[in-house]
Amino acid sequence: MVTAVTSFGRSGLYDWLIQRVSAVVLAAYTLFVAGFIVLTPDLTFAVWSDLYSTLCMRVFSLAALLSIAAHAWIGLWAVLTDYLTNRMMGAKATVLRLVAQGVLGLVTMTYTVWGVEILWGF
Amino acid sequence: MKKNRPVNLDITTIQLPITAYVSILHRASGVILFAGVAVLLWALDNSLASEEQFSALKESLNNPLCQFIIWGTLAALAYHMVAGIRHLFMDIGIGETLEGGQNGAKIALFVAFIIIALLGAWIW
Repeated sequence: MVTAVTSFGRSGLYDWLIQRVSAVVLAAYTLFVAGFIVLTPDLTFAVWSDLYSTLCMRVFSLAALLSIAAHAWIGLWAVLTDYLTNRMMGAKATVLRLVAQGVLGLVTMTYTVWGVEILWGF
Repeated sequence: MKKNRPVNLDITTIQLPITAYVSILHRASGVILFAGVAVLLWALDNSLASEEQFSALKESLNNPLCQFIIWGTLAALAYHMVAGIRHLFMDIGIGETLEGGQNGAKIALFVAFIIIALLGAWIW
């Protein structure tokens, strides 16, 4: 039996909602950036870095970054609790899953810090 | 709960409907995308670091390996987003029936295919 202790919001209902709110943020961000790239006739470094130097864009990007962290955690939790189970992996499944989640958490954290450095570091 | 109760979920013996393929692709594209975030952050990092690195990034779009990695990442993003939007429609009650779900799956596959083809045309 899989307990909810390693899920993101510690309840299915929270995770369900967080997954959708973060999805809407990420879809809006993706469409905005894709639209900007497609609709700007001559996309130079100056135009691009001007866009990302505005506070608005940095906050929007940070929201997307945090949404990625939450969204990926919930999504990968669902994948790991489906496949790294006692039925499929035997008795070591729980240990394996915790190690995998630890590694994924580390990667997610790296992404977040890296992203913040990019946004406020140029 | 009995721990050794029988489970009949041997996926290789089940003929999967189109909705199942759309679902498993959503999951697979999500896992790929988690690695793809590194590619996207790398690109953003280079695009903002300096004028030279911005040009070098544009230049790398001529390298076949870079083209493939960027296209793969954007393809996963496109599919995952389209399939995700389908989920949001189903959350508000659109396409929840068996037939609606199958139609939604076909539309999602079609739209994602078009976007992925356009991305390919844009990169190559």
